[in-house]
Amino acid sequence: MNRVWAIVRKEFIQIVRDPRTLAIILAMPVMQLVLLGYAMNTIVDHIGAVVSDQSMDERSRALVQAFASTSYFEVVGYVGGPDEARRAVDRGDAKVAFIIPPDFSANLRAGRPGQVQMLIDGSDPNIAQTALFGGDAVARARSAELLAASLQRAGGPGGLAMPIDLRPTVLYNPSLESVNFMIPGLVGMILQMQGFILTAFAIVRERERGTLEQLIVTPIKPWELMLGKILPYVFIAFVNVGVVLAVGLLWFRIEFVGSLALLLALSVVFLLGALGVGLLISTVSRTQTQAMQTAVFIMLPSFILSGFFFPREAMPALIYYLSYLVPLTYFLQIIRGIILKGSVLGDLWAQVIPLAVFGALVFGVSAIRFRKSME
Amino acid sequence: MGYAVETFDLTRRFGARTAVDGLSIRVEPGRILGLVGPDGAGKSTTIRLLTAAIPPSSGRALVAGRDIVRDPEGVRARVGYVAQHFALYGDLTVAENLAFYADVFGVPEAARIRRTAELLAFSRLAEHSDRLADDLSGGMKRKLALACALIHRPEVLFLDEPTAGVDPISRRDLWRILGGLLGEGLTIVLSTAYMDEADRCHRLAFLAEGRLVAAGLPDELRTLVSARLYEVRAQPLALARELTKGVAGIEIVQLLGDRLRVFAEPDAAPAECLRSALAAGGAAAVDVREVAPSMEDVFVALRSRRGLDG
Repeated sequence: MNRVWAIVRKEFIQIVRDPRTLAIILAMPVMQLVLLGYAMNTIVDHIGAVVSDQSMDERSRALVQAFASTSYFEVVGYVGGPDEARRAVDRGDAKVAFIIPPDFSANLRAGRPGQVQMLIDGSDPNIAQTALFGGDAVARARSAELLAASLQRAGGPGGLAMPIDLRPTVLYNPSLESVNFMIPGLVGMILQMQGFILTAFAIVRERERGTLEQLIVTPIKPWELMLGKILPYVFIAFVNVGVVLAVGLLWFRIEFVGSLALLLALSVVFLLGALGVGLLISTVSRTQTQAMQTAVFIMLPSFILSGFFFPREAMPALIYYLSYLVPLTYFLQIIRGIILKGSVLGDLWAQVIPLAVFGALVFGVSAIRFRKSME
Repeated sequence: MGYAVETFDLTRRFGARTAVDGLSIRVEPGRILGLVGPDGAGKSTTIRLLTAAIPPSSGRALVAGRDIVRDPEGVRARVGYVAQHFALYGDLTVAENLAFYADVFGVPEAARIRRTAELLAFSRLAEHSDRLADDLSGGMKRKLALACALIHRPEVLFLDEPTAGVDPISRRDLWRILGGLLGEGLTIVLSTAYMDEADRCHRLAFLAEGRLVAAGLPDELRTLVSARLYEVRAQPLALARELTKGVAGIEIVQLLGDRLRVFAEPDAAPAECLRSALAAGGAAAVDVREVAPSMEDVFVALRSRRGLDG
């Protein structure tokens, strides 16, 4: 064990003196925290809209008011005719244009449908979809109101309620804050990235600088070298996770519903797999640059498939099944479950078992390969 | 008492290439063995085999009494190794490097303090002990590597081209240190391409293409040069060269800056003929004397003989 500690001590000294490693350990998590916490908000609201109201009377203004009073839309300007409205969207002044024709009110009064045109900038499907549904919802609600009012005027019962009253209750993340979703994901991302890259770097660095040649001629055993190389980064990864969770809880005020102990325990299982992959990468890379390239090559599809940025439910069937091969997929479900839903171990077996199997397998294979590469 | 290093038909292949081919050599304790040979002769591979860094393809070797195949860890605990290129941690200080290797070799705390001080002193690195290894000069790096290789008091020290690329002062320093170590009972095996260093070894092994071409004491090996060797000085040298070539019994004439090295047939005794030929030809300040072959000559002779044998 003494030899393991010798390696651990040496690694820490080298980490502190290597700016590249320090950047990955300190700067990256902070940067990601800020980016994901603030910049990445997938809920779209306050979509800019221009209005071309050619009817210009009480009814058309009421409709525009209905649109504007939701948080979906924000009226950024009034334009003259439909052509101007179209140009506004083309120029990007607004993502949406409402075009109300001159005969809108006349139609309504005559009992005919009042047509309203809505132009939507479709280049970002996320925004476009929200605009579509938002506009549709407002239009329907307004229609229902108008119907109820005219019924009442025609002598029907007063105070007619809406026929269908939908009562949504949002469980687990009622404020629908993106950050509640992102922070747990960020924990997974950090564990994976640091597990992959830093471990691979640490080992490849020895090979690249030729120090392995000297180390081979000492009593040190491959498993001691491996352990000594891994331990500092396990420690660092958990410190980072702690920082992220602390910032998430105290600054972003996410709600941590479940058990911290369970989270840490399962993080170790996940980290085992990530470290294993890092070891594997180190056995096929000659230089740190190569290690980085290989790591990125593996990580990018892993992030995309895991449901970190994009919901897996939206993926085509084949890709969806592929995502079952990615450990991060399971870990994200675990960590989001624990933090947001207070899941306990009993809820999570379907995720924990594949993760544990993957971790043991990869770590085992890479440990064997590592030992062979030492000879 | 046994040999410090003993190999039996040691062979190592890398794919189709045979780097070391049936090597059988022996070194007595407290001696220096020099492995000499051109690039690719198998010197580095031999050292890696003997330090148990890599296993042999076939054959055996005993180093400090341990079998490199059956007890590689025992070998590694008893040998020190200084690599050809700097293989220590550039981002650690001199002191940190020594401490690390002391830890790895399991040197007990009390011994470590004393030993580190000794090593720093004799390698004259004590005042640099807090400097990063990367910031040392070539010669100092070499001495640090030597110190780290000795921290655990090995029985056999292996050095791969220890003075390659090192300035002459540091070279002399290193040899002084090595000489001192012999006095403490250490056995040294080093590879070198410098022929003048070969002369300082107790025993030599000439390697070419993985095979042992000749082995023995330097004086024994000198007898392999069957030609008789003369050094000729005269003015002008170019003229002397032409004249010398014409003398009977002369095989090779080498022009070396300020003198000629003349190889004559074994049975010839051309000293007088040379003097008269040179004087008759108009050369002045003529000086002809017989000399012993240097290791370089031995090496050249061995290679050309091999060439003749095909």
